[in-house]
Amino acid sequence: MIAEIGQFALILALVIAIIQGTLPLAGAALNRAQWVAVAKPAARGQFLFVIIAFLCLMHAYVTSDFSVANVAHNSHTLKPLLYKISGVWGNHEGSMVLWVTILALFGLAVAEFGTGLPPTLRARVLSIQGLIGVAFLAFILFTSNPFLRLDPAPLEGNGLNPILQDPGLAFHPPFLYLGYVGFSMAFSFAVAALIEGRVDPAWARWVRPWTLAAWCALTIGIALGSWWAYYELGWGGWWFWDPVENASFIPWLIGTALLHSAVVVEKRDALKSWTILLAILAFSMSLLGTFLVRSGVLTSVHAFASDPERGVFILGLLVFVIGGSLTLYAIRAPQLKGGGLFAPISREGALVLNNLLLTTGAAVVLLGTLYPLILDAFGGGKVSVGPPFFNATFVPLMVPVMLAAIVGAMLSWKRADIGAVFSRLKIAFYITLIAISVTAWFAGSLRDVLAAGGIGIAAWMIVGSALEIAERIALFKGPISNSWRRAIGLPRSAWGMAIAHGAVGIMVAGITASSAWRVEKIQLMAPGDVITVSGYSLKFEGAKPIKGPNYHGERGLFTVTKNGKAVTTLTPEKREYPAERSQTTEAGILTMVSGDLYAVLGDKSKNPAKGGASWSTRIYFNPLVAWIWVGAILMACGGLVSLTDRRHRIGAPKTARKPAKKAADPQPGPVSA
Amino acid sequence: MPANLRLSYFLPVIIILTLAAIFWSYLGEIKDGKSIQDLPSALIDKPAPVFKLPSINSGDKGFDSAVLKGQVTLVNVWASWCAPCRIEHPRMMQLAREGVAIYGINYKDTPEAATGFLTELGNPYKAVGADRTGKVSIDWGVYGYPETFVVDPKGHIRYRHVGPIMAQDLTDKIRPLIKALNK
Repeated sequence: MIAEIGQFALILALVIAIIQGTLPLAGAALNRAQWVAVAKPAARGQFLFVIIAFLCLMHAYVTSDFSVANVAHNSHTLKPLLYKISGVWGNHEGSMVLWVTILALFGLAVAEFGTGLPPTLRARVLSIQGLIGVAFLAFILFTSNPFLRLDPAPLEGNGLNPILQDPGLAFHPPFLYLGYVGFSMAFSFAVAALIEGRVDPAWARWVRPWTLAAWCALTIGIALGSWWAYYELGWGGWWFWDPVENASFIPWLIGTALLHSAVVVEKRDALKSWTILLAILAFSMSLLGTFLVRSGVLTSVHAFASDPERGVFILGLLVFVIGGSLTLYAIRAPQLKGGGLFAPISREGALVLNNLLLTTGAAVVLLGTLYPLILDAFGGGKVSVGPPFFNATFVPLMVPVMLAAIVGAMLSWKRADIGAVFSRLKIAFYITLIAISVTAWFAGSLRDVLAAGGIGIAAWMIVGSALEIAERIALFKGPISNSWRRAIGLPRSAWGMAIAHGAVGIMVAGITASSAWRVEKIQLMAPGDVITVSGYSLKFEGAKPIKGPNYHGERGLFTVTKNGKAVTTLTPEKREYPAERSQTTEAGILTMVSGDLYAVLGDKSKNPAKGGASWSTRIYFNPLVAWIWVGAILMACGGLVSLTDRRHRIGAPKTARKPAKKAADPQPGPVSA
Repeated sequence: MPANLRLSYFLPVIIILTLAAIFWSYLGEIKDGKSIQDLPSALIDKPAPVFKLPSINSGDKGFDSAVLKGQVTLVNVWASWCAPCRIEHPRMMQLAREGVAIYGINYKDTPEAATGFLTELGNPYKAVGADRTGKVSIDWGVYGYPETFVVDPKGHIRYRHVGPIMAQDLTDKIRPLIKALNK
């Protein structure tokens, strides 16, 4: 019964979405106020019925109702409650329901909080959102119905893939989708603006908070995914340039570029058609990512269930949404008149450089992901693409982005004096040089010289961001109370930018150190054996059988000492999930500021020489690796701080009572590997 | 309005439609039962490329294509950074235990990482050549990692497998083919 209610709610949501997607749009064109007014109640209705459907599906999972095929295929009675809930979106059908739920939530937010928007613009934005909803609801109902029944119902379900049964991954998809779907807001605003033929600073001010929120969620989502890969896959790596990873990284790069270019529209009324294009592309890349992951066109380690039938539907959707919006762009964008002129050396100039490099980076990642397909389609030779390709092309593009971010943040709008900026950055420059020389001093090989460069960039970003804030609050240049007052008065967006830029530096330090100076030891160990890694002695005490709610396995015990003093114990596990017939490894990890001690328990083998059994073990020391995720989370925090900026809370333009030199906005730099 | 149209603004939509057409043709092929694993190789039934690769460790012997003659061999292209290679590795170990002669081409890897991979997971290879520049892999027409070729006693390539070899592939394709070629 509950499942049928869910299905019926989805159908009702589709009907409402069709109305929401057509009437207000027609009403805005034909000047009919009643039709325009439909947008708001329709957005509310759509959210109501979609959330009902979502809760019905969750109910089926929590109560293990195996008469619902989707639950029977993806759940199990013995699964802990958290994974029963996360099982809702751990499969194709359910994840699409989560997608439309978040879409409807954003629609509701515009309907409720978008009161400052001109009524026709709001109606058009909601209408475009409605059309996207139509496409996805139809996709769910016609190709991926989560409420299909099974008769007879099985007594037990198939279970969820054990490597997905993990707290980090339980919340990875919701954050990722908040990001993907959040970009649909920028998309709807862009299409609505193209229909109206008007883009002005007020438009940019309305779009920015949505983009910022989506970007923060996507940043957290990607970070969770990579953290999970690090501790769950047991290979000590955290980013594999896998097609599924790239599918989330490309929208992130475009979204980052969009955040920066929207600032130029807002402050200087320039770069309009470019910003519109980025807004369309950020969402288009999210859709393209969904298509690549769901259709089976690209094979990947993540190997989700894929189905060409669905692929055809998503492809049609892709052509409709991306093709349609880009055609509209091609017709309307040339009429958008740019406002402010600027010299190459200016804040705008730096942001243009940032945009060019970030979008080129996104294009390179896209190319690397699709290269095998494209070349094959044109009958070209077979070419190899892997991490070496991305390291050789993507990383060099990101170096100038990061170097310029600090300089750009200090440049003034329109025309800037670069000499003055360099002299203000003197301290950052010296500290960077010291960081490079100290690292290079201990270096031996070419790899270490490159790593010294990486550490230098990290120092530049961190010190440069701190310097920017110190200067603006006149630290050490007067009484501390004065600085404190200035610090409170400084626009939140300035704080946000400095935090995000500094966070990029922290992340770069983590990436550089963990890839250049990782220590790895692989050996057979019998109970009582001791191994020393980076100053830590690990004594293997043996391994014991364990039993969990839906798995059994072995847990190893290492006691860790440093200079004879006890530090901690590590308990890596090897688990076997009988319902799913698969195994996972759980690494034992000690996270410290200086690095992670990472132990993996391997296979047991007979060892007659030592009178018993021994285990293959892998011990890593990953220097500064936790900095990567701390950096990512801080980056998202920078975005959130900027989101609380006064101008977003008030919403109305022309309330600049702040000091003449306006705040800059967060310029979160890129991730590199 | 047509006076305002500018061709360059149509570039994004043209690119997207081209991509969509490529995806469309792929989906059609997947539906007809083609999987990305079945990509044809121009080298099937042709002699294997001739090359000489140094070993990953300077001490051991390298991989000289001359060894591919006189017996059925498997040539496996892998790298330590390649995640699917790790998934595939137990099958390689199994084939090696069954007495199949497997040779490895280690693609764009560092000696330390490649050696670490083998010490950790076991070494199924008679010899491993280090293809630091990726040139030999291009000669083999390698498309992605891992990739495996079955070479007959005359040194001709008879089968090509793109992506990790799973248990199903062993029973369905690899073992029957090796058996047939050994007759």
